[in-house]
Amino acid sequence: MTPDLRGFELDGETGASGGEPGNGISAVLDVLGQAFGVAAEHGAPGARQHTWLDTFDWRLYRAGLVLEYEHARRGGRLLLSRNEVPQAEQPVDGWRPSRPRLATDLPAGPVRDQVVRLASPRALLPMASAAGTVTVTRLLNADGKTVARLIVDHSTVTRGDQTVPLPARLAITEVRGYPGQARKAAQLVAGTPGVSPAGRSAFATALAALGRHPNDYSGGVTAEITAEMPAPVAVATLLLGLLDTLEQNVDGTLRDIDIEFLHDLRVAVRRTRSAIKLLGDMLPDGLAAPYAAEFKWLGDLTTPTRDLDVHLFGFDAMARELVAASPADLEPFRAYLVRRRVREVRRLASGLRSARFRTITDHWRKALTEVRDARPPRQGSGVLTADELAVARTARTFRRVAARGSAITPASAPESLHDLRKRCKELRYALEFFAPLHDPVIYRKVVGDLKQLQDCLGEFQDSQVQREEIHALADAMLAEHAAPAATLLAMGEIAANLALSQAEAREVFAGRFARFAGPAGQERVRTLLTGPRP
Amino acid sequence: MKIYATYNIKGGVGKTTAAVNLAYLSAADGYRTLLWDLDPQGAASFLFRIKPRVKGGGKALIRGTKALDDAIKGTDFQNLDLIPADFTYRNMDLLLGGTDGKPTRKIARLLAPLAAEYDRAFLDCPPSISLVSENVMHAADVLLVPLIPTTLSVRTLDQLTEFVAGFHGRRPEIRAFFSMVDRRKRLHQDIIEKLLAERPGVAATPIPALSLIERMSIERAPVAAFAPRSQAARAFRALWDELSAGTTGQEGSRLQAIS
Repeated sequence: MTPDLRGFELDGETGASGGEPGNGISAVLDVLGQAFGVAAEHGAPGARQHTWLDTFDWRLYRAGLVLEYEHARRGGRLLLSRNEVPQAEQPVDGWRPSRPRLATDLPAGPVRDQVVRLASPRALLPMASAAGTVTVTRLLNADGKTVARLIVDHSTVTRGDQTVPLPARLAITEVRGYPGQARKAAQLVAGTPGVSPAGRSAFATALAALGRHPNDYSGGVTAEITAEMPAPVAVATLLLGLLDTLEQNVDGTLRDIDIEFLHDLRVAVRRTRSAIKLLGDMLPDGLAAPYAAEFKWLGDLTTPTRDLDVHLFGFDAMARELVAASPADLEPFRAYLVRRRVREVRRLASGLRSARFRTITDHWRKALTEVRDARPPRQGSGVLTADELAVARTARTFRRVAARGSAITPASAPESLHDLRKRCKELRYALEFFAPLHDPVIYRKVVGDLKQLQDCLGEFQDSQVQREEIHALADAMLAEHAAPAATLLAMGEIAANLALSQAEAREVFAGRFARFAGPAGQERVRTLLTGPRP
Repeated sequence: MKIYATYNIKGGVGKTTAAVNLAYLSAADGYRTLLWDLDPQGAASFLFRIKPRVKGGGKALIRGTKALDDAIKGTDFQNLDLIPADFTYRNMDLLLGGTDGKPTRKIARLLAPLAAEYDRAFLDCPPSISLVSENVMHAADVLLVPLIPTTLSVRTLDQLTEFVAGFHGRRPEIRAFFSMVDRRKRLHQDIIEKLLAERPGVAATPIPALSLIERMSIERAPVAAFAPRSQAARAFRALWDELSAGTTGQEGSRLQAIS
């Protein structure tokens, strides 16, 4: 009911002091004592222990939210806040944030309701933990009434085996009905020597103490390419960024924390393969070719687990669409998928722990780093710039998409749409690789239309692939005597629904393609590639 | 929001003492609690060191020109807020009578918007049967009735029970408890035994007549705040545990029926 009025930090005083008031706090209390009565809060200083949680890719932070677990004597509570203003809280007895948990595994309550929507299917990871002492001092008016409070927080922050003392944090909290008094107290605190306004939230301060900052991971392409960069350097920089993303997702995949680690790992592999195909000739002779085969091996290694993840993630939605069969009929199918996934995850983990995987990543990094850090070519040496490369290769990829898409008619075989989907993915990656070089407004429109087309092609192909997989899985279940008749019938109904989805996707294809690659779309891409640079 | 009202036709029986201490215990249990000091004498406001003054007076609150929300003051205690008394409350009967709609439901309607913000509200009522007390009875889920164990007090409980029985629709639950009890007095003991045997709604925990309770006006705080291990604090805790047993502050609210 009483939000923080203002946060301050006390220079040179940290949580290492163990909560004992230092000179800085004494100076603040002296200043406040000249305007208010000062009294300790009822009860002893509170031990404070809390953990900030977010998904690996900071979904809550990107939505402007901070999730905090606070441990207290009478059980824990989850607190969700925006700009340090509480949005929702709920008690969570018997729940601990010490290890990653899926957002859907949170106990029911208002915090879970908001968090699941944003975080699912990701797990919530402990990003930082702080422990310390909170001392509360009441500020009194002439009647001895509390009109504001001074909160002093001495904490240390830990993550793994790192422990770092945080600067002591001060806040004035308002007592309802006495806002002027709290403002006055905040002004007095702000004017005390050694006190400065806290520029960051407690969470951001804790992360900074650990050498991190919020949003320090993104599954997107984050390489900083500039227009004048020599093309080989740009390509190496880009590929190193993708390698970083790939490696950042290995641990989460091996620990099977949530299905998005594997997804992001696969996307990094796919982008790498596309970059090698589209831009690999910019690297020194013969460098990229062997890695094309190695990254294909890596991609193939991850496919079975990802396919099962997709089946299991969409399982409940699929079951809800059953009309003739009952969702319960599908349970043996779900159990079969889960068992099979256990086997596939083991195989995947063995591949990711293999010497072959380590060799690929280590050697690839070393080779790319040499290219990136090589002496820049002399002017006039004929080496392309990043911008020239972006224009040439994106245009070529777009022409391919436009030509192949235009050739598709209602009578075309499904393979022609599958092939177009691959070309569209390459175009999308080409656009993303060089995004910093394009006009952002036109770029958003082009990518938006392309995404709509990709969604349609994805629905078309995924429906077919899933349907074929269901047939194969039904065969496998029969061979293992794990398929009751009711389950096979329900799987048949799902396959029929997938065929309907595929037919619907086929119907909307022409409109989506025309919007993206028709005359207006072509003109837009031309403007994107040849118009003024940002 | 569950609404409790401390009420008795007679004055000086421990209404305000009970309202202040029970609201404090409710807040200490973690429930967001609001106490409205409806008595123009402003004793509850005094005990929480809050000036008995509302901008615009009772008239502004009743007529809705000032939101009840704006009059709320935080007390010194977490989870416990107070709407102070105002001397103009002495004319509240007239103010309530001059409003549109049902004049006996006005206080319930004023409280309804606060239901999302508070789990429990306590209304500390002035004595007598009036339009104010009738409003309070319609707003409350539970009437907490302090009784000094005397024959006359029993009569007032009977009068109150009869009055509430005449309500149409939902009626507040009546929970009487013994206040200012002197164990040395034979009469007190006899009446307590008799009422406990005959009346199901009477709480078994008595609040004794103790000088420490009178010290509240010196300390200007609930007894559990300044003497948490005292007999008085233990008595109020036991009484509150008995009165609130099985309630979470959410269920059975009369406001749910109104809003």
